[in-house]
Amino acid sequence: MSKIQRGVSLYSFQEEMFLGQMSVEDCIAFGASIGATGIEILPEQNMPAFPHIDDAEVARWHEMLARHGAHFTCYDMFLDTKLRKGELISDAEQVESIRRDLVLCNRLGIRNMRVLVFVRPDILAQCVPYAEELDVHMGVEVHAPWHLEHAWILRTIEEADRLGTKHLGILPDMGIFMKHYPPEFRARFERQGARPEVAQFIVDQHEQKIMCEYTIYEVAVKMGGNKAEIAMAETLRHAPYANPRRIGDYAPYFRHIQAKFYGMSEDCTDPTIAYDEVIPELVKCGWEGTLSSEYEGNRWIQDVSPVDSREQVRRQHVMFERLIAKADAEREIA
Amino acid sequence: MFDKYLIDSATLRNTGPADAPTGFAFEARLGYYRGLGLSMVEKLDVSIDGAALPREAVRFDEGKGPLSLDEMEVAYDRRWPFGAPATILVDHAGGFPEGEHELSLLQQLRVSYLPFPSVNSDAKRVSLAG
Repeated sequence: MSKIQRGVSLYSFQEEMFLGQMSVEDCIAFGASIGATGIEILPEQNMPAFPHIDDAEVARWHEMLARHGAHFTCYDMFLDTKLRKGELISDAEQVESIRRDLVLCNRLGIRNMRVLVFVRPDILAQCVPYAEELDVHMGVEVHAPWHLEHAWILRTIEEADRLGTKHLGILPDMGIFMKHYPPEFRARFERQGARPEVAQFIVDQHEQKIMCEYTIYEVAVKMGGNKAEIAMAETLRHAPYANPRRIGDYAPYFRHIQAKFYGMSEDCTDPTIAYDEVIPELVKCGWEGTLSSEYEGNRWIQDVSPVDSREQVRRQHVMFERLIAKADAEREIA
Repeated sequence: MFDKYLIDSATLRNTGPADAPTGFAFEARLGYYRGLGLSMVEKLDVSIDGAALPREAVRFDEGKGPLSLDEMEVAYDRRWPFGAPATILVDHAGGFPEGEHELSLLQQLRVSYLPFPSVNSDAKRVSLAG
């Protein structure tokens, strides 16, 4: 049996939380109600007093999780290198900011920290002693347009190997497995004036995995694309389809997954991200972390329809259960 | 990602003496999925019917006292939390013009991991209540 666990990032409920329609406790309660008991937080989103979090607040979070039978899985950090106008903060300040997050992560009892992909590997190397001492795994977010084998990501892996540490690695965002162009993107660009035939051309090009710059030039220059059409073509720069078969090679370097999605169909399938190929690979390599829902569809549909993040997350978890069970069954037969 | 929610039009009011308003104010939210330090808010451009008001006329208050936009740039210890309304105060003799007008707000943010500034904007047809 697979040991993959299910969870949800509070990022998924950003629409309802932003509008004051859901509290963090509502999000946790909902996650737990569908078996997504692993809770990923963004302290800078979910803790208004950040970075001044006192022990009473830490206790309040733990009591809240306990009330719903939930637990923390991951802490999403940020790093404000552009804090001051006109200059980047120093390397020492970067290390200190990351250390501050590692300390808070440890105080919250969280053992995984999502590190923004732009953070330099040499800065992270300087943070490794703190991460080891506080027992927090720093996972560099492998976010599109980066992918598992992007040279920038490989630098972090090389750094982790060089230091021989288990506290530095990666944290894949499933947006890197965009097999099909998101229907939510297409629909919004059409509402903004993209002609259906041009939108179809862009979708067809993506489906064939034609390198994005060919498509952008075709749309912008040869087809005389309008603003919405060019913007749609440019989204292809951020729409990679990495090879799911390589997941096993990198699994030793990650303990948590951000299960990005833009919209689930009513039949609980994802029209965009290749979870049907990813999950069997995770099961095959015996990966034991948490699949943490990260719904990001709100911004694509809020102009025309109400956002129901709960229903979207629920559908994704129906899919997870189905795909994990199926992969388990196929493993047993094999 | 939250552009259409930046301006809370129900909160529009005049400021200064009721019979001789010196400006107007409204509540706004930050168009970002997390809170941000005030020093990284580079612009809060306010326009009425497409005409931009001077940067010097705009002040910001998340609850700890009003700041000019220049003061905001060095307010390293203050943050605009996620989803939280803050007050945008605008010096404008006579207050908000009578009748319905388009009020717009553009926020330019310095987000460290983005190669370009993050720009969010909202425009709403609004009028003073009663």
